[in-house]
This record gives sequence, structure tokens and C-alpha cells, in this order.
Amino acid sequence: MQSETRHEQFERHSFFGNFLRKLHVDIPLFVTLVLISILSFVILYSAGGQDLDVLIRQATRVALAFGLMILLAHVEPYQFKRWSVILFSLGIVLLLAVLILGEIGKGAQRWLELGAFRFQPSEMIKITTPMMIAWYLAEYALPPKPKQLLIASALIALPTLLIAKQPDLGTALLVASSGAAVLFFSGLSWWFIVGIGSLLTALTPILWHFMHDYQRARVLTFLNPEADPLGRGYHIIQSKIAIGSGGVYGKGWLGSTQSELDFLPESSTDFIFAVFAEEFGLFGCVSLLVLYLLIISRCLFIASQANDTYSRLLAGSLAFTFFVYVFVNIGMVIGVLPVVGVPLPLVSYGGTSIVTLCAGFGILMSIHTHKKLKPY
Amino acid sequence: MPRIYTLKNNSVENQVFVNRIIAAFCIVVFLTIGLVVRLVYLQIVGHEHYATLAKENSVKIQPLVPTRGMIYDRNGKILAENTQSFSLELIPEQISDLDTTLTQLQQLLNIPNEKIDQFQKQRKRQKRFISTPLLLSMTDEEIAKFAVVRPYFTGVDIQSRLVRHYPYTDLAAHVVGYVSRINEAEMKTLPMSEYRGSSHVGKLGIESFYETQLHGKTGYAEIETNVQSRAINTFNTVPPAVGANLYLTIDIDLQKTAYDALEGYNGAVVALDVQTGGVLVFSSRPGFDPNPFVIGIDYDAYQALQSSENQPLYNRALRGLYPPGSTMKPFVALAGLEYNAISFEQTHYCPGYYQLPNVPHKYRDWKHGGHGAVSMSEAITESCDVYFYSLASVLGIDNMHQFLQQFGFGEKSGIDLVGEKMGLLPSREWKQQQKNQTWYPGETLITGIGQGYLQVTPVQLARATATLANGGKIVTPFLVDKIVTATETQSGSETHGKIIPLKSINVQHITDAMVNVVHDAHGTAKNIGKNITYHIAGKTGTAQVFNIKQEAKYNENTIDFKLRDHALFIAFAPAENPKIAIAVVVENGGHGGSVAAPIAGKVIEQYLESLNAK
Repeated sequence: MQSETRHEQFERHSFFGNFLRKLHVDIPLFVTLVLISILSFVILYSAGGQDLDVLIRQATRVALAFGLMILLAHVEPYQFKRWSVILFSLGIVLLLAVLILGEIGKGAQRWLELGAFRFQPSEMIKITTPMMIAWYLAEYALPPKPKQLLIASALIALPTLLIAKQPDLGTALLVASSGAAVLFFSGLSWWFIVGIGSLLTALTPILWHFMHDYQRARVLTFLNPEADPLGRGYHIIQSKIAIGSGGVYGKGWLGSTQSELDFLPESSTDFIFAVFAEEFGLFGCVSLLVLYLLIISRCLFIASQANDTYSRLLAGSLAFTFFVYVFVNIGMVIGVLPVVGVPLPLVSYGGTSIVTLCAGFGILMSIHTHKKLKPY
Repeated sequence: MPRIYTLKNNSVENQVFVNRIIAAFCIVVFLTIGLVVRLVYLQIVGHEHYATLAKENSVKIQPLVPTRGMIYDRNGKILAENTQSFSLELIPEQISDLDTTLTQLQQLLNIPNEKIDQFQKQRKRQKRFISTPLLLSMTDEEIAKFAVVRPYFTGVDIQSRLVRHYPYTDLAAHVVGYVSRINEAEMKTLPMSEYRGSSHVGKLGIESFYETQLHGKTGYAEIETNVQSRAINTFNTVPPAVGANLYLTIDIDLQKTAYDALEGYNGAVVALDVQTGGVLVFSSRPGFDPNPFVIGIDYDAYQALQSSENQPLYNRALRGLYPPGSTMKPFVALAGLEYNAISFEQTHYCPGYYQLPNVPHKYRDWKHGGHGAVSMSEAITESCDVYFYSLASVLGIDNMHQFLQQFGFGEKSGIDLVGEKMGLLPSREWKQQQKNQTWYPGETLITGIGQGYLQVTPVQLARATATLANGGKIVTPFLVDKIVTATETQSGSETHGKIIPLKSINVQHITDAMVNVVHDAHGTAKNIGKNITYHIAGKTGTAQVFNIKQEAKYNENTIDFKLRDHALFIAFAPAENPKIAIAVVVENGGHGGSVAAPIAGKVIEQYLESLNAK
């Protein structure tokens, strides 16, 4: 057993710490999440045209997401393990349903209408895929043998391909990386990782063959945004102007001229980082990245402290996928990655991704706060 | 060396895992540093550059709208052009209080509310610095009125724009179609980058079908502007590529002849080049003037068009569904010969009615008292119904369906226009599926004379006639002959379909009979056969609009106009070496021979003359 850190001692002895501990909430993670949510409201107010309604709607979503997080933090980790297979299978069935309904409806479909509210199965699968892979690998001695690796890869490929077919390349990438992260943490040989990496690079032309026209256009635009300045390249050009013009100190809160004058598209959703960078400059950007780093570090720490293989693998994957999220969005906005529809986690306007992310953090908190109550 | 796979070594696994966590953390930090480096590059190194670009939004990407391609007829006469017109345009970015400005302009120039709404919709779609038209095609008076107050309106100006104009108005409206303002639904489907500066899009006809080619490719210019948004410098210009010019197969003079000949009636005329399928005439009367749709038709005028009893917006040639009546007889007769159901010379006695065995119902002939003993030639010439009741009964619906389908009945002709109707060629399966009923023998009889469920469009009828004239070579009607861009000339959509295997002697028999329709003393269209130097092969048709009671007699003069029979005529000429195939439908025209055939006669005459003149 690891000895308690000073922080955990404090957590155990202070009154507030005791209260949160009973809530199964991890204080450092919780505090950073609250901080970043406040930051999100501040920037949304500016990016959304100073519309209080936008803020209220988003606050409601965040509150709901935090509620779900605390709820999941109460569930004991072995329960997640027990439900892994069922939840994963359910997710696959729902993805198939979406695909079939989409076929009937002729066109891209990501939603499943369930009575009054809409449900996006691809969001659920973002969490259940690493759960499934972790469940499967935890049964065996690690690192995984080729046969297990093959089965695990198939389990990752299934939801990835189903989502890619929707077509939602961004989410498919995130799901694939969440599964790959589990394999990485399970101790997959470095040589193997390098080998697969080069193989995938070599396969890019084949992938290109299977891409939709608009997806190809996005990649081409990324490689040369100036080629289509009226259409697809427009986003990247305008976003770079917004960020670059922010400079070191930024133009100040509500000082963004690019989003104000409607130059920057999707300024409160996928491209919100550009507004942030314009208003708060390099200092703001670095601060935001540090905040993200704190969250990721805490999550990786929680993973390292986890007692059983399943919890470790799942926690590690959730932590790393969160980073992929951040990296893909910011990379796209600052023009180092192609434009795929991935929001800036916890900051972009919109409900679905926040709920999924907070569910992930809830699982992490559960893993961290239950192990002391129930020794391995 | 054998190793134990099943046991987990927890301490080793733990060590590996912790190592991986550390590795993951390093990757995260490394990639984050990468992001920071890029940010430093953008925000410190590139700051000055980007700040200049962002400053007062000094650099704007201005779309350069391509000029829309022209549309010509086969002889180079202009069917659609772009004319200079003056429009009142606003640049929203330069107007401090847009609502007040709009109200003032509305009062000054008496602008209807719909135009304000249209303007608002278009404005929301575009960048704030793009000049957006409020009034198109301003009159001299409007221009003068505004010129006086112009200094008081910053951001409002008179611009000259190219506006689509259709010189032949209602004559070609159903072929050429029109362009109109982009609506909200189209905004979602049109490619944004191509239409960023465009206000209009093809809605109907050729304008819609060939939208991509006619529109051209949008160019752009990066324009540097000062604080007052006046352009001070332009760089990086990519010129637009003008839209392609289209040359149609239509002969607009011939179209005019057909349209004028239809005067007083609603109806359609479609004429095809027999060899290629190129459409020479595509006329639907009444037409409408497409020009008001371009500048924004006002509500009342649109309502008037919509609710007009004659339905001018309805493309009868493309979408009108009519019972073909006796024009179907040559095809049924050919089926009879091809399937060896009857010989050309064999006669059938016509007492004026036909009865199925053991059924009291009398299927009447149009001629009271009957035609007597008739051969196939006479049956076609005089359009004897009883002969065809009998033939249909021998052939059966399955054979008729199979044979007529080959001529394109019951399917789209494939003409390059949107919204074509399929028509209806009934069959046993169709009736079972659609009505859940079995096929009755009586229905076979009336199908044999082109009545019953059978429905055809004029363009289908023309196509089938051309196919017959070709001896079975199927043609696909097409309207665009040439697509001409600055760099190349593409030929249009001429396609060659398959060939129906027909015995040439049978086709010759049918042709001869159809020549008799026009040139024989007993022919139902003999009035157009006089004083011409060539032979026309034709067939009249009279399609019942409603059923007459068993013993009642149809009297054209006592019957309500709207319930009068439709008059039809199909023909090709010259019979020996066909150049033109034509189908005429005259709604409520009465007899095919007296009303529809003369229209076809005029068109054929003029076309053959024009060919001789060349």
C-alpha cells in the first residue's frame, strides 16, 4: 500500500475535506474543473455576443454534468468493471441503430431520438470503449500477448468504424485513441508502438481513398488554407488572424474584434480558443494550457495510485484521452492539425461533450476515493 | 525457455504501469510545449502581421461573382441574357442604424415589406462589408429620388448590376426556367464558398438543371480598406470564371409558331429531331413571364399566377398527364404484327360496338353505326375503335404492357429538365399492387384504344413517335446541344439508347397506314394533307375527359368546355425519311383531327422549309 500523501491527510482531517470525501469528490480535480468552468463562462459571454441566455443554458448543462460526475463518483469501481461488457455492447447496438435509421433518413445521422431528448451513442462509446478494453486486458497477465492484442484491436476498430461511417471523423479518432491509450498503458512494447505508428503512416493513402469528399477537402485545406479562402480555408485563416492579433497580452475581455464582427465562424463552439487567444493573449493561452495540464496530471496521478489493473488502465486512458481532446481542438484552431469537429473540452458551448467528460471524471473520482474504503 | 503466462506478476505490472504513466506525462508535456511554441510563433513572431490584418478588419476577402452564362437557341438567338440594371445597395457595416435607414428608404421609395424581408434574409447570410441589394431594376424616377438624398445616407449607394433577362418571356419560360433569389433552404445546400457573393440561383428549367455550368466559378480579391471601408489597395486577385454559354436544340421561331398555334387553348407541343432526340419545340401554353421572378415577384402577382384557372406555372409538356387516346393505336397495331396476333391485311367487322363474351356491356365505337369490315390500314386511317378492342383482347394486357414499355411509356424520357412525370403504363402487377384488385378483361380493351389507366406526358408521346419513325431506335430527348466555356466546347447530353428489335416490314405497314391518316380521303387528319409536297405520317387522338353514359350521345356543342375531350395528334415527316417527330396535346380541344393536327402541320411545314433553306 502506498502511504497517504500530506494532501490526503489534510483531506481526511479538515471538516470541508471530510464532507467532500463523503461525497467521494477528489478535491484537486474538482477545484480545477470548477476553475476551468468559470473561465468557460467568462469567455462564452464574450464569444456568444454577450448573451446572458447562452450563459444560463451552458451553466445548466455544466450543473447537470457535475451532478452526473458526483453520482458516478459514488459508484464503486468494481461496478464499472461488472457493467463494462453490457454497456459496451449496448453502445454498439445503439450505434448500429443510428446508422440504420440514418440509412432510412438518407444522410448523416448521429442522434437517436428518445422521446423528448436526443441521445448521441457515439458520446457514450467514448467511455465504454476504454472500459471494455480495460475489462478484457485486466483478465490476462500484462503486457498483452499477440492474440489478446488482436482481439482488443478488433474491439477498438468496431465502434471506430461505425462512427467514422456516420460520418464523424473527430469522434472516431477520439474513440480510437481512448482504446489505443488502454493498450499503451497495458505495457505494449515500444517497438510495437513505433511499428504500428509507421505502418499507419504508410497506410494513409489507403485511408485517403475511403474518406468522404468533404473530409478530403478538410485535409487539403489544412495543408494549404489559402487555396480556398472563401470556403473551408476561411476558418483557419480567420482563426490565425484572431490568435495572432491577440499578441502577448491580448485585447482584453470583450475586446475581440474578429468574433465581434462575425469574421470568425463557430466562435463559441469549435473555434472558441481563437476568441480566448485574441482576448487574453499568449499569457491567457499558457495559463489555460497549464490548467489543462493540472487536470491531466491529477488524472494520471489517480491512475498511478489505482489498486487494480482494470482501474489503472481505465483511469490512464481517460486521462490521456482528455489530453487528446485538448490537443486536437487547439491544434486545429492554431492551424497545426486539420479541421475535425472536436470542441475545446469544458470550454466550448454545447452539452454533450461536457456530460461525457464529467462522466469520465466521475469514474476517476470513484477509482480514487473508493480504494481507501475498500482495500484491494 | 517456457514462461508461465497465466500468473500475473503484480509488482512487475505495477512498475511497467508507473513507467507508462511517466511516459504519458512526458508525451503530454512535450506536445503541450509544441502548442506553446506554435502560439509563440503566432502571437509574438507573427503578431505584427496578424495585427495588421485584423486592424479594422483592413483586409477583406471579397468574392468576385462570375457572370452567368447566356442561353441561346439552336440558331444563336438569345433566350437568357444579363442586362445592366441599377440597384439600390446597402453595406450594413457602414450604416450605424440599419433599421432607421431601412424605414427612411422605405418611405422615400415606397418599397414593399417583402423586399425589406428579402434584404434582411440575404444580409444575415453575408459578411457585413458586402454590398447587398435592396431594390433591383430601379426605375429612372427611383434613381432620381434617391440621388437627391444620397449624401445623407452613408453606406447606401446605387450600383449597376447585371440582372437576368428573358427576352422571349412566356414563350420559352417552361424550357429556360428562371433564376431567383437564393432562399433559406437553398442556402443550406448550395456550396457556401461558390455562392458567397451570388444572390440568385436557377430555380426551374435549364437555369436549374445546368446551374453549375451556368453559374461559373467565383473568384476573390483580398482588398485592403481604410477606416471608412473604402478600398485603398487590392492584392491577390483570383478572377472569376464566367459561366458557360448554353446552346439549346430548341428553334425559338418554331417554338413561337407552335405557341401561337395553340392560342385560345391550354396544351403542349413537343417536337424532336428524329435522328438525335434533340428537342426542337417544347411548348406549354399558357406560359408565364419569368422576368418578375428575377427581381422578386410581388405577392399579388404570384397569387394571380398560382390561382389562375389555366395554371400558367404548370409545365404541361413535361408534367401534364393525359390519356393518349387513339394516338396509341399505331403502337398497339405494331404490337399485333410483332406478336403475330393479326396480319396486316386481315379484316375485322365493326358494327359500332364490341362485346366481351357473356357480358352485356357494349364498348362503343366513336362512329355511330360502325365502320363495317376494316383492315389494319383502314382501322388506323379511320381510327376504328372496335378493331382495336378486338386486337387488344387477342394480345392481352401482358403483351401490350411489355411492348409499349419498350417505347418509353410509363417511364421518364430522361430529358434534361427537373420534375418530369413518369406517366402510367398499367399492368396486372401494377393494379394488384396499387389497387389490390385483379385485372379485368374490359380494362384490356380500353387500354387498346389509349384510355383507361393509361397516362402519358407530351414529351413521352413525342419520344415514342420518334422511336417509331426511327424504326425502333430509341432516342432520349435533350435540350442542350453545346456547352461553351472560355476554353472549350462540350457537346450536350445526346445519348443513344438501345434499339427495339422490330421487323422493318411491320414498321413500313404502320407508317403507310399513318400516311393514310393524313393523305387518304377517309383519313381523320386529311385536312392537313392538302397542298404539301411531302408525306406526313400521323395519328389523331381524342381523349375522353369524362365517361359518357351507355346510351347517351356525346355532343361537343352542348357540353361544358372543361369537360370537352382533349385533342391529340402525333406525327413524323417526311414519312419516307423522317426528320421531325411531333406530339400535340390540346386540352378540351375536341377532335384531334380538326384542332391538334393543324398545329403539327404548321410546325412540320416550317421546320422542313428551314431545313431546305440551309
